[in-house]
Amino acid sequence: MGYFSIQAAVRVDVINQSSPEQNRKRSKATRAWRDRVFVVGFVAAIVIGIAGLAALLIDVLVDGLPFLNYDFLSSYASRKPLESGILAPLVGTVWIVGMTAVFTIPIGVGMAIYLEEFASKNRLSRLIDLNIANLAGVPSVIYGLLGLAVFVQFLFNGSRNVTAGALTMTLLVLPIVVIASQEAIKAVPSSYRDAAYAMGANRWQVVKTVVLPQALPGMMSGIILALSRAIGESAPILIISSLVWVTFVPASPDSKFTVLPLQIFTWISQPQHEFRGIAAAAIIVLLAVLLSMNGIAIWIRSKYQVRSDQ
Amino acid sequence: MSTTTELDNKNDLLARVARRRHRQQAEQAAVTWLLRIAALISILTTAGIVIILVVQSMGYFAEVSVWDFLKGSDLAPPFSLQQFGVVSLVGGTLLVALIAGLVSLTLGLGAAIFLSEYAPERLRRFLKPILEVLAGIPTVVYGYFALTFVTPILQGIFGADRVIVFNALSAGLVMGLMIMPMVSTLSEDAMVAVPRSLRDAAYALGATRFEVATKVVIPAALSGIVASFILAVSRAIGETMIVKIAAGATPNLTLNPLESIQAMTAYIVQVSLGETPQGSIEYKTIFAVGLLLFVMTLAMNIVGRWVISRFRQQYE
Repeated sequence: MGYFSIQAAVRVDVINQSSPEQNRKRSKATRAWRDRVFVVGFVAAIVIGIAGLAALLIDVLVDGLPFLNYDFLSSYASRKPLESGILAPLVGTVWIVGMTAVFTIPIGVGMAIYLEEFASKNRLSRLIDLNIANLAGVPSVIYGLLGLAVFVQFLFNGSRNVTAGALTMTLLVLPIVVIASQEAIKAVPSSYRDAAYAMGANRWQVVKTVVLPQALPGMMSGIILALSRAIGESAPILIISSLVWVTFVPASPDSKFTVLPLQIFTWISQPQHEFRGIAAAAIIVLLAVLLSMNGIAIWIRSKYQVRSDQ
Repeated sequence: MSTTTELDNKNDLLARVARRRHRQQAEQAAVTWLLRIAALISILTTAGIVIILVVQSMGYFAEVSVWDFLKGSDLAPPFSLQQFGVVSLVGGTLLVALIAGLVSLTLGLGAAIFLSEYAPERLRRFLKPILEVLAGIPTVVYGYFALTFVTPILQGIFGADRVIVFNALSAGLVMGLMIMPMVSTLSEDAMVAVPRSLRDAAYALGATRFEVATKVVIPAALSGIVASFILAVSRAIGETMIVKIAAGATPNLTLNPLESIQAMTAYIVQVSLGETPQGSIEYKTIFAVGLLLFVMTLAMNIVGRWVISRFRQQYE
């Protein structure tokens, strides 16, 4: 395809050369002018994207900052906006993320190790790879339906508890962990493995002592990104825990729960405008948590990149 | 005496080595099985999704005809899906996804061209992470932004009487902003993969940077760009919170983006928030809509990835 375009470029040039000197100069000026005009367009695309991000952050900060104080973090939701707080969803989010991490890390890392180091590259492992890529593209609301039918209705007999939410989130973020871990494992030089094999190590010893320590930073940043996805995701939790006014902190894995994004959604949906302010305040808390997690992931990745360059 | 001890020691050592090797092999075998079970979970998840959606939908279609599901019927109870038909939900979803697709393609492609063809390496390294922050912001926050910031602006531009508070345009614009990094990252990957020699050849012929970008790089990277667009629209179709918060709850088959609509995902969430005992027709409805949504996004993802893999083969 590229070659056709070069022919097109050549043709433009041939036409230009065949014109008289003055024409050529003018068309060259036009082309240079067009070049500059379009640069402005391309820059504008990026500027609009970044301006959108800035507008979003400023909008949230302006609306929410006046409501953000210690009482807001330490009290329960109330029918009166000014007395409302995010204690229950904050603790609920910690529960969901903690349990999701416990389920996701061993399963996701295990899956990646199996696919990269143990499975022979046959039709089955290709099928699993393809399957994981497809799962990564399934809308989150579908995972909510899966969790509702399998975990809530079948496993827990209709109880909309924290475990059902965490299991659903686990299935949702597993593809992220697996794909990131696979990339991290692939990046370990095969000479390291060969050296260990030459010393008589078996496959699991090579993985345990050579591959895993090397791939750990890459896996970590994938895991953090997956968990931050679990923190921000609302649609599946909305389906799993349709409970909206939770005024208690979940005490055990079978308690009912709410999470930050769900509380934000509940407040946005209230007809009274005062609730928007506390929704924005809750968004500030949510974004602060997410941005610091993303920052940690980026920091781990950059530290790891420097080390592998040396 | 001493020789027998040495021999004993040697035998003892050999036995210990053998035992250790045996233990290591047992450990490896156990670990292999555990890992195999972990890998199976991905297959089980897919199987679970398909089985649950299909089984519940079959229960639904035992009670409702496919025609009523699609087009609706006046005989059905008011405000049920069987009354207004899923086509109006699909229409709402596609209207928002189309707006989001156009916005993300324009912004994302422009950004990708700038980053891959114009920006110096240091600027590129600075800009890319900022754009990627957009992809990490929770969708409920975008919903808030659409409702409290973009909609009032639209009402200011088009007039508050013409723009309904919950409208497709606001949700579509904000969703376009959200999926823009997806388009720009995938398109830029495709452009960076275009061999340098093609660009150099065009530059040598006196082409400007704009001509190199539009006549050489974009045509060569076209399949990657198309794929990024398909994957982004698929993401927009499956997106829930923005349309739930900002686009409304009115099933409405319209091309007017200033009207209120209801997307498929928003319908699923709305019904599941109400009283839906397991086994009721409402409970089954959301699985039928879910199955349709699953098939739509899966088809687009498969097409998108097929286009990408075709494009990779060209240069490898």
